[in-house]
Parts: sequence; C-alpha cells; structure tokens
Amino acid sequence: MTEARDATFRIWRGDHATGAFRDYRTRVTHGMVVLDAVHQVQSESAPDLACRWNCKAGKCGSCSAEINGRPRLMCMTRLETLDLDQPVTVEPLRAFPSIRDLVTDVSWNFRVKAKIPPFRPRTPDAPDGTWRIDQADVERVQEFRKCIECFLCQDVCHVLRDHHKHDEFAGPRHFVYQAALDMHPLDVEERLRQVKDENGIGYCNITRCCTKVCPEHIAITDNAIIPLKERVVDEFYDPLTRLFRIFRAKRKSDRMDGRPEPDASALPPKGAP
Amino acid sequence: MSAVEYRTVEHDVLVIGAGGAGLRAAIEASGRGTSVGVVCKSLLGKAHTVMAEGGLAAAMANVDDRDSWRVHFADTMRGGQYLNNWTMARLHAQQAPDRVRELEAWGALFDRTRDGRILQRNFGGHKYPRLAHVGDRTGLEMIRTLQDHGIHQGITFHMECTVVELLKDGGRIAGAVGYDRERGRFIVWRAPAVILATGGIGRAYAITSNSWEYTGDGHALAYRAGADLKDMEFVQFHPTGMVWPPSVRGILVTEGVRGEGGVLRNREGRRFMFDDIPDLYRNQTASDPEEGWRYVTGDRNANRPPELLTRDHVARCIVREIREGRGSPHGGVFLDIAWIREKIPDAAEHIRKKLPSMYHQFKELAGVDITKEPMEVGPTTHYVMGGVDVDGETQMTSVPGLFAAGEVAAGLHGANRLGGNSLSDLLVFGKLAGEHAAAWAKAHASPAIDQGQVDAAHATALAPLERQSGENPYTIQHDLQAMMQDKVGIVRTEREMTQAIDAIATLTARSARAKADGHREYNPGWHTAQDLRNLLTVSEAVARAALDRRESRGAHFREDCPEKDAGHGKHNTIVRQGADGSMHIERRPIPPMPEDLADIIREMA
Ligand code: SF4
Ligand code: SF4
Ligand code: FES
Repeated sequence: MTEARDATFRIWRGDHATGAFRDYRTRVTHGMVVLDAVHQVQSESAPDLACRWNCKAGKCGSCSAEINGRPRLMCMTRLETLDLDQPVTVEPLRAFPSIRDLVTDVSWNFRVKAKIPPFRPRTPDAPDGTWRIDQADVERVQEFRKCIECFLCQDVCHVLRDHHKHDEFAGPRHFVYQAALDMHPLDVEERLRQVKDENGIGYCNITRCCTKVCPEHIAITDNAIIPLKERVVDEFYDPLTRLFRIFRAKRKSDRMDGRPEPDASALPPKGAP
Repeated sequence: MSAVEYRTVEHDVLVIGAGGAGLRAAIEASGRGTSVGVVCKSLLGKAHTVMAEGGLAAAMANVDDRDSWRVHFADTMRGGQYLNNWTMARLHAQQAPDRVRELEAWGALFDRTRDGRILQRNFGGHKYPRLAHVGDRTGLEMIRTLQDHGIHQGITFHMECTVVELLKDGGRIAGAVGYDRERGRFIVWRAPAVILATGGIGRAYAITSNSWEYTGDGHALAYRAGADLKDMEFVQFHPTGMVWPPSVRGILVTEGVRGEGGVLRNREGRRFMFDDIPDLYRNQTASDPEEGWRYVTGDRNANRPPELLTRDHVARCIVREIREGRGSPHGGVFLDIAWIREKIPDAAEHIRKKLPSMYHQFKELAGVDITKEPMEVGPTTHYVMGGVDVDGETQMTSVPGLFAAGEVAAGLHGANRLGGNSLSDLLVFGKLAGEHAAAWAKAHASPAIDQGQVDAAHATALAPLERQSGENPYTIQHDLQAMMQDKVGIVRTEREMTQAIDAIATLTARSARAKADGHREYNPGWHTAQDLRNLLTVSEAVARAALDRRESRGAHFREDCPEKDAGHGKHNTIVRQGADGSMHIERRPIPPMPEDLADIIREMA
C-alpha cells in the first residue's frame, strides 16, 4: 500500500453476550497498524470505543485482540499485511469475560499468578550477600522472562477458550512463569506439585497453538511446558515410567536436535479434554 | 448537580502510579507495617518503565574497580550542569548499588561478568562502565521483578483507576478522589500519606517516545494541591526517534545504534556532526571518521565520534539540518548502520546480533532492513528533568504528607539527565519515599475528608459528560501537542514562547467547553478530557519556566540567548499556583554545596 485509501474495520461493540460488529470506514496510509486505525475511528466517529494500549511498540502487552480471527497485538499488526479489500475484523479476546468493546477482564490471570509461591533464593554465595551466576544459566531463563503478559497464548489455548477450565488449568502463560522460576539459577522453592495439581499441566496436550501466537517468540510448548511435564513425571509417577524416560532421553540425545519430542501419552491426562 | 455516589477506601499510604518508583515505594511502605494502596491507570506491569532499554546506573565497580559513588556523583552533577539537588545526587550515587543487588535478591537476572557478578556497560556521560542491564530490555526485567515481588507483600492494587484530585485536610494531605475506568464509579482514598509516582509529561508534545499515560498527572495534581514545581523548562529530547511511517513517529531508536558505528547524514550524504563540535568537547572527539570507527570498535586510544556527543547537542544539530533544508524526505535525517559492511565482512549478521530489537522494530514497523538501508530519524520528546519539588532526604513535597518519586519528582537530574540514571532514580527514591511516607503515616492520625472538596472534584470530572454540546477533547489535545512541538520544543525563542502562553490560554478556554460523548463506562473520550486538563497545566509550566530562563543550559536551548549565563546557573526555577489561581514563577537560589561534596567535584573536574 503506497497510496492512501479507504478501508473498513469491522469492530466489536458492546460485551460478548449482547454486542455486535459495527463497520467503520476510515482513511488509511502507509505504515499504519491496526491500533492506529482503531485510534482513528475513536477520534473520528466513535469517541467512546474502548480499547487498551500503552507502548505502541509491542513491549507492554496491553493491546491484545483478535484480528481477522487471530489473536495478535494491535500495535504490531501492519495494515500492509492484511487484505484491505475485505473488512478487517477486530474483536476482543474470547477466552476472558468482556468488559466492553475490545476490553476484556483479564484479572483471572493476576489471581492465578498470585497463588504461585514467589521467588526464593538460595543463601548468597559471597560474604557480601551477592551471588555468582554463569551467563549461560542466565540465558536459559531469559527467554521466559521476555514475556510481556499479553495473554494471547491464554486466549488461543483450547483448554481455556473452549473447555473453560479456568479453575483447574493455569494456562501457558503461567507455565512459562513456572518454568522461569523452576530454571532460575538461584531459586530453591518447590512448586512442582502445584504445577501438576493446581495448575493442571496434564490438560495440555501439546497442540502448540500458544507457541504460534506468542509475539515474543517464546517456545512455550517445547521449552517451558514439555520440560515441566517431564519433571512432573520424574517426580510423581512410577519408576517404570522413569526408566522409560531415561531410555528415551538417551535415544533422543543421539539425534542432532536435543529437543524433547512432544509426547502427551507420557502423562496420563486428568480427564477432559 | 445532585451528590455523586462514591465509596471510600482507607490506607495508611496511597501510591499513585505503578511504574518502577511506585512499586518500589509500595513495597517499602508495606514492609514497614503500613497498609498500602497503589492506584494506576493501566493494568499492573504495563507502566512506561517497560520501555527502558539501556540499564540501571550504579557504581558497583564490578567491571572497573576505579568506580565509586563519588565518581557517579560527580558525573551526575556535571551532566545536570550543577542545577541538581546535591543531596539527591549524593544519595542516589551511594544507594544505587544496594538497590540493584536487592532487585537480584527478588529474582531479577542481570547479564553477568566472566566471574559471575552483575555485568556493567558503558553509557554516555558515565566515566566507567556502570549500567547493570538485561540485553536491551532492562525496564521489563525491573518492572516484572517488582511486580512479582510486590504482589506478595499485602499491597492492595487499584488497577485502571484515574485520580482526578488530591484532597487536603487544612494544610496537609488527606487522600485523593478518582474513578475506576472500567465502570466510571467514583472512589475516595483516605490516607495520611500520598506518594506521587506518575512519571512524565511527554504527551504534551506531538512527537514523543512516551506512552499515553504520560500526561503530567502527578505534576498537575501536586500543583493544584499547592506544591511547588521545579525546573520544568528542562525537557529532554532524544535525538533519534523514528519519523516514518507517520504512525510510528517518535518511537525510540536506541543510542546503541550510534554506539555500534551508526552515522548521521543529511540528504547530501554529508556527515554533518563533524561540522559543529563544541569547544568543550573538541579534544574528546574524533578528528575524522576513521578515528570514530576505531573508537566504536574498542580502541581505547581513539576519541568518540561526534554522533556520540550529548543528546541535546546531537538533537539540535539534527534540527538545524532539517530547518536548513538538508533533511531526509520525511523530515528527519539519515542514520546509517548498514555502511559498516565496508569495514567488516559479516556486517548484516553482526547488526542483527548487536541490535536485535532495532532490527525487528524497523523491519516490522517500517519495512526497512537496517542492514541494507539507512533509517530516517529525528528528535523525540523523551523525559522531563523537572517535576515536583521535594526534600532531598525524605522526598516530601512542600505539602505535608505528600511525597513524590521518580520522573514526577525534580532534583536528581538538574538541567539534563544521564542515560541509566532514571532506572536507578526510580529504585533509590521510590524506596526513600516509601520509607518516609510510612513513618509519616504512623506519626499522624487519619485525616478528615472535606465533602466540599469531594463534590467539587466530582463536578469537574463529570462536566465534559454533562455538557449538551461542545468540542471533541481529542481535537483540543491534538492542537495542544502540535503547538507545543512547534513553539516550546528543542530550539526556543522568547517570541515563540510568549505565543505559546497565549495559545495555552485559548486552549484552556476551549477545554472548559469540551464535551465527551457516551457514558462513564470505559470511555476513552472522557478519560482524554481528564488528561487534557493536566497537560494544559504542565505545558504552561514548561513554557513559563523556559521563558524565564534567559540562557542555554543542558536540555534548554534558547536561540535568542545561546550562551550559558553564570547568574542563571545559581538558581532553580519554581512554578507555583498563586492565590488568584494564576501561575507564578520564582527563582530560588541553589544552596551552597557542603565542602566535602564540593571537594569531590573539584577532584573529578
Ligand atoms: S500446547 Fe498446551 S498450553 Fe499450548 S495451546 Fe496447546 S494445550 Fe494449550
Ligand atoms: S508467553 Fe508469549 S503469548 Fe503468552 S503472555 Fe507471554 S508474551 Fe504473551
Ligand atoms: S500497546 Fe504495548 S504491546 Fe501493543
């Protein structure tokens, strides 16, 4: 798109239950992102259109929405990448209760996180109260600490979105959080039972939908969830499984890529889905 | 108007703002046994602090053992051109190392030295490598650490709430009035101590790197409550923001690009930064491009290229090129890092590795591959050194019980801020504000709430919704931003600032007739009307303070008074609301520095 042109944005107005799409036409120019278009609609014809945003640079994770049916950050979705001959649909995250228009109630995420025991470091390594850590150990965890809490992964995960297991399943974001704590070089807190019971990691059947939508490109399933699942198995399931896993791990280490293979059957799921 | 419904919430300490300073203050106050509430306009963990890239300045001497708080103190004072509050500059330099280590004890993971300690990097104006960092996302690491620690400290978070007015009980602070943005229900927070931690004012300008929250709320709330503002003329413009496409205008392009060898050119292809090197820096600046390249590739005997001169100078040189018709097609200049392929074989790979977020930012937002083509950049409003005047030791403002910390407070940075000193500022003074606010709350009984003040605050807040007709608040905000950009920007003159003050009066009158459509539930038009009121106040404060300072110093540049003036170097500019409601300016002499601190400055000169 080099010339300015008109485009239609089909934006959800109201709440999930009684709301509806409304079409807004606005002039779009080179380089605009969906958030710009929404702001333009706000200032031209719908000043009370509710949406969240902060940084407009993909760093705060506020502007999550479903654009043409896909969970994305509005501020990082360029209009050039969309077909503007069709109306662009913009709707709120569907896995959370709606407040109004594009704003949803994501407070459940804050409640889930608050129940996870906080970071607890080992006693300091040096007499001055500081620690010595290898850069390599830092880097292993940094991937998880990039998370901007946009909750797009939570939105797309079928366990939450379709099966509404919010009471029994913490969702991919919180497995990333658990993994960050679990692999933190200083942390000594025990949270594995929680990962298994309260956080219901068994419900995850490794569809990798969460990984696909993560704007920070965190390998949620492969690097956070699967290693946690393996730790749960090692810790809580019978020695036979354990033996089997050791064998499997060895077999895998013969291959070039050392990544664990997805294997939902290694863990008995807790019923549905 | 009939009385508006509201609920009352009681706290010992109320913190307004949940960025680095607010969270650190809340954690401290809570740890000292007071009940703490935090009010913030966004969700928890979204504050502008997440945007900080560079790092936290703290003289831990992990990389260069010549560093100490004394050197950091002297660097900060030099950067601030000696207008700084020297008590704050001292406390900051002394306490920053402990604040960084404490963050690590709460789970932050900084990059490491070879022997496993916290790594520190070089940054403009810091004599030794001093910035603790996590790649180029230090701000996110900091806010997430404070958030994840803070949620277990018994603090109550009031997310997505706007504060519209502070309340007073006689002379002292009594709490605040606000509403939740979700439903528009009003709340009165009653508290003997209130800490402002609301950040900056960047949204007063059209081109800014700041988030929508930066509307000068804390500055304006404090001003209306009778507190003094200080040094409001000092607004830092970062020299390199994106200029194209229009929708990304203002987004920051990190100094790291120039640190890796990026050069600035005008449309004629000329490296114009070599044309104007201030005498003060001549013997520290490379004499030709070759020497500049040697510097960025680590030659300790080479001097830095002129692209790495102070932010204010680089910003002004860029403005000059643009004004004189040598700018790039979209009104900026060219920043070129791709050229280094002449010097190193695998340049593209090198650039992607060293500047990952810049590579993605240009690729995703502008469709520009910075390993192949130059970027277009121009100055962007970045930070306000000025703010609410506080006591250097306690962070209390001139209103008893009202505290301020972080960007909203004045003092640490003087006329210009060094990169890296803002994140450490948030931690050091957030902690001190929390400590002293908790002590104050314990020593003072719960204040009385004056119903008249509450009713007046409700009436003002609701007026834009209740008008039958009126102008769209977005239009007025937009006009204000364009005007400030044009008249009170990087290069200032008396004539333009006088025009700006007149224009603000007109805009204020227009805003008094603004109309927001719709209802109170999550209504951005209505929220904009609240922000607008604060933006107008801080804009006027900047313009009046800038008019009064008839010299050029730090971030404040007067084309009609381009030199530094020794007389002006002896005072801070105070802005205060007069009894008649109008804005007053006063020059307040800077108290003489104690001998021990003066000795440090002399020794390091
Ligand atoms: S991989 Fe697991 S957590 Fe991720 S979307 Fe699929 S089921 Fe959900
Ligand atoms: S893991 Fe990725 S998708 Fe999920 S909340 Fe974090 S950044 Fe968003
Ligand atoms: S506005 Fe911050 S991620 Fe989109």
